Amino acid sequence: MVHDYLLTLAACNTVVPTKIKLTSSGNLEMEVAIAADEEIALVEYQGESPDEQALVAAAASYGYTLVERTSNYIVINVLGQRMTFELLGMHEFDSIRKCMSVIVKCPNGQVKVLVKGADSALLKKISLSEKTTHIAGERQAQVLFDTQMHLDMYSNKGLRTLVVGVRELSDSEFTNWQQLYAKANASVSERATLLQEAAQAVENDLILLGATGIEDKLQDGVPETISTLRNAGIKVWVLTGDKQETAISIGFSCALLTHDMKQIIINASDKQQCHDAIKAAKEAYVQVDNRHRMFRASGRSYDFATELPGGPEKVTELSNASLSRPFSQRMKLDSFRSINSSRADSGRSRHGRLLALIIDGNSLVHALDKDLEQELFDLATACQVVICCRVAPLQKAGIVSLVKRKSKEMTLAIGDGANDVSMIQMADVGVGISGQEGRQAVLASDFALGQFRFLQRLLLIHGHLNYRRLGYMVLYNFYRNAVLVMLLFWYTLYTAFSTSPAITQWSLVLYSVIYTSVPTIAVAIMDRNLSPQTLLKYPGLYKSGQENESYSKLLFWLTMLDTLWQSLVLFYAPYLTFRHSTIDIWSIGSIWIISVVILVNLHLAMDVEHYTWITHLAIWGSIVATYICLIVLDLLTDDDSLVYYGTIFNIAGTANYWLDIFLIIVTALLPRFVLKIVKQKIWPSDVDIAREEEIRKG
Amino acid sequence: MDTGQPSTSSRPEETAPPNVTKKPRSSAFTQQELPACKPLLTPGWVIVIYMVVGVIFIPIGIAALLASRSVVEIIDEYQTACIPSNYTSNDQRVQYIQDFTTDKICTRLLTVPKYMKKPIFVYYQLENYYQNHRRYVKSRSDKQLLYGEGASLADTETCKPKQLLDDQPIIPCGLIAWSLFNDTYSFTISGNAVPVNKKGISWKSDRYHKFGNVYPENFPNNLPNNENGSLIGGSSLDLNVPLNEQEDLIVWMRTAALPTFRKLYGRIEQDLKAHTQLTAQINNNYNTYSFRGKKKLVLSTTSWLGGKNDFLGVAYITVGTVSIFLGLAFFIVQWKYPRPLGDISYLSWNQKPATS
Repeated sequence: MVHDYLLTLAACNTVVPTKIKLTSSGNLEMEVAIAADEEIALVEYQGESPDEQALVAAAASYGYTLVERTSNYIVINVLGQRMTFELLGMHEFDSIRKCMSVIVKCPNGQVKVLVKGADSALLKKISLSEKTTHIAGERQAQVLFDTQMHLDMYSNKGLRTLVVGVRELSDSEFTNWQQLYAKANASVSERATLLQEAAQAVENDLILLGATGIEDKLQDGVPETISTLRNAGIKVWVLTGDKQETAISIGFSCALLTHDMKQIIINASDKQQCHDAIKAAKEAYVQVDNRHRMFRASGRSYDFATELPGGPEKVTELSNASLSRPFSQRMKLDSFRSINSSRADSGRSRHGRLLALIIDGNSLVHALDKDLEQELFDLATACQVVICCRVAPLQKAGIVSLVKRKSKEMTLAIGDGANDVSMIQMADVGVGISGQEGRQAVLASDFALGQFRFLQRLLLIHGHLNYRRLGYMVLYNFYRNAVLVMLLFWYTLYTAFSTSPAITQWSLVLYSVIYTSVPTIAVAIMDRNLSPQTLLKYPGLYKSGQENESYSKLLFWLTMLDTLWQSLVLFYAPYLTFRHSTIDIWSIGSIWIISVVILVNLHLAMDVEHYTWITHLAIWGSIVATYICLIVLDLLTDDDSLVYYGTIFNIAGTANYWLDIFLIIVTALLPRFVLKIVKQKIWPSDVDIAREEEIRKG
Repeated sequence: MDTGQPSTSSRPEETAPPNVTKKPRSSAFTQQELPACKPLLTPGWVIVIYMVVGVIFIPIGIAALLASRSVVEIIDEYQTACIPSNYTSNDQRVQYIQDFTTDKICTRLLTVPKYMKKPIFVYYQLENYYQNHRRYVKSRSDKQLLYGEGASLADTETCKPKQLLDDQPIIPCGLIAWSLFNDTYSFTISGNAVPVNKKGISWKSDRYHKFGNVYPENFPNNLPNNENGSLIGGSSLDLNVPLNEQEDLIVWMRTAALPTFRKLYGRIEQDLKAHTQLTAQINNNYNTYSFRGKKKLVLSTTSWLGGKNDFLGVAYITVGTVSIFLGLAFFIVQWKYPRPLGDISYLSWNQKPATS
């Protein structure tokens, strides 16, 4: 049996052994290994799934080395002895059968079906009868019992489990299968169905050989990252295809679940059960009334972990796992507003304990129905942690879409496998991890990361900075354009509503192109309120985005009010200065354009928080460039520009010109400056305090 | 383990050479690690900024106010006074001003309030006169002003509706030139004429670069026998003097920015003692009556700041004072309620400890 077990591991897969050699040029070259090669030291296994590679490698370490695989035969080095197995057929893995099998002819002529697959599917196909297996039924039952125990143990440790089985085919069975297989392969239209039928013909009455558990190591820094993200006010939901036990133990190992959390487990097989379970959980934990109501869900295999006063909790029994995979996470970026009613209490039950919802794919099928999804959403958003296990790829997308539809929150999906693609595409922000599971996720994503832990840099640093920059730039660009337009508008009131522009046509064009554009770009790219170190040190600073600190309706209207004030100062300072004077239209226009340019640039300069030489160059350079442009424009002698000739030289020679500019800038910026200081002094945000601390200390 | 290269059995040779990399160049700029100055508005700085603004603004304001106060100004509004008193309604006044046959000389007596040091600038001030109207501003041909007949018909398109007269191009064309101000002033003190220097009243750059050695031609205001006056807009031009020497026109054609404006008429190059009686003889020809515009004669001395205008002085003093007050207020707030800078115990999550 051990022989068959290891044989199955080595043979029942799609792994191709490849040989790596160092060429003279220093390049690594790969080439498919063939059995004739003597040198087998540097064999590397290439396969679709890293799990299969691991299993083949494990078999190899026990002396069952896969040496060569072609479409017709498999060569395996069994304990130093090279054996060739004729490959008669292969049934690849599909998600309905949840197993794969190969049919091989052993060197001794026996025809064997080697099967490996998910325990839920395969354990049903195990035969206990002596007749078919030639092994004592008692012993079989014992093996089944042991295996199941092992499986439970493995999955509690967070290992991914598979069950391995074998079956010998009699001549008649083989012939029967061969016909089905040949027919399926020859078929054009119903190939998949026919292949399935053929597979089902042989994948039954199996002898149970054993189980495997594959450890999927957590990447570096996963628990730290997850707790950082949660400190940053981000709700973390895990959507995984793993078994429930595996998922829970992963949850513990990546610090998502803690022992003081109350676990709500929903595991229902039909709609009514599912409905009852969600309703009951909602009543028990989310709503404040119905205190101390106990209930027992009618789920098939799991009870609710209800809180028994003083008693031990069921969930604690499930909870000493150490390692697993946390890849298929989905982060939910909760914006502050939507959970405002219960921000501090969010995710806590009425007993003040954190809630965790664990729901499986079968329940989700019903829970995501139109009539239940609101209930599910309410329950899930009340929980601090949500883990969905045994979820199909499309269900992942369904959950993301549920959150997107029901709330205003931004959603981020992060995953590494092809089964995460649909959810990555559905979420507002899709992040793919490029890893051993191929590049499907990366190709579908907005951001590609090398490792899960880089997510904290992506969000806390780049997310934070980009949010600030974007928010500020939106406001600033509204301001920058509105202040000029309002200035032109006030002047219209004094030109008999004839819209005659005092500012030269060229300056109106160049205002956005030269006079004020470069500082906008420099600041939008390079400004930085806090250093990356500080942002990582205090993940809570990320909440500034959730609390709309950089852009909100209030800020928009305040900015517009400020714009109004600045434009009035811009217009009326020269107006009042020159209202009984010989000033001509082009001279006053010259004062206005230079004032507005200096003003908007200094306005920006006042808000910049990180001055590099580029920022300096952009801001002061823009003002200098504006002067150069104004001088050149007033020296042009073509037909259209002649009328402006010499304006700036005459007007800039007067004291009024300089006093007006100085007055405009200080007076226009004064309210903004006062507001900025008062806000910082009296209502400092976390970002303000962290910035003070950062600058003070270093 | 996985080298990330495709495990192709068919094309094993196609592996990329390792020296080809897509990794972006790393520099202080691309990593956003350029040395930077991080300004922080500490309470100390804030107070200093307010005080500095106050300290700079108040003296400037005082100086500006003193300069403005040192200017002596005589303003005489004459558009009503210079019409015989029997013309009471506005229509009658328009009729009077458009009548070419009557003599419209008007004498005004001005008293010098304070000693006026030369040069004394003579201005005319018009009010409710929209020289900045879009169509008016554009109604000129700078090419024609510079090149005269050298300008093609197309160059004077902008002058419409004062482009052509009897199919001949008008020089200088356009509404601005046509509506040239034509009131004139002369002054006497006890019968002795006070000369007004009308040279150098326009900008040099205008005289030398915008107006050429061009003689007026076909100018509607110069037409003889123009008895009904329908084509008269304003002053006629001396046909024997090139445009670049007709400074009244040059001054007029630098169109005013605001509906109330002054234009320099000339300079009196002698000091006027206080309480001197100055007689101004005004030729009241210009029609501002049809749009109820005011006409004023202004005599003003000048300071480093120009004419009389308290605005800048008052504004500077106000802003400076407000700034000092804000500085003091901030100082008091800071003194009463100090918040240590960068004290992390003020961070929101440090203030409400988690209840779990």
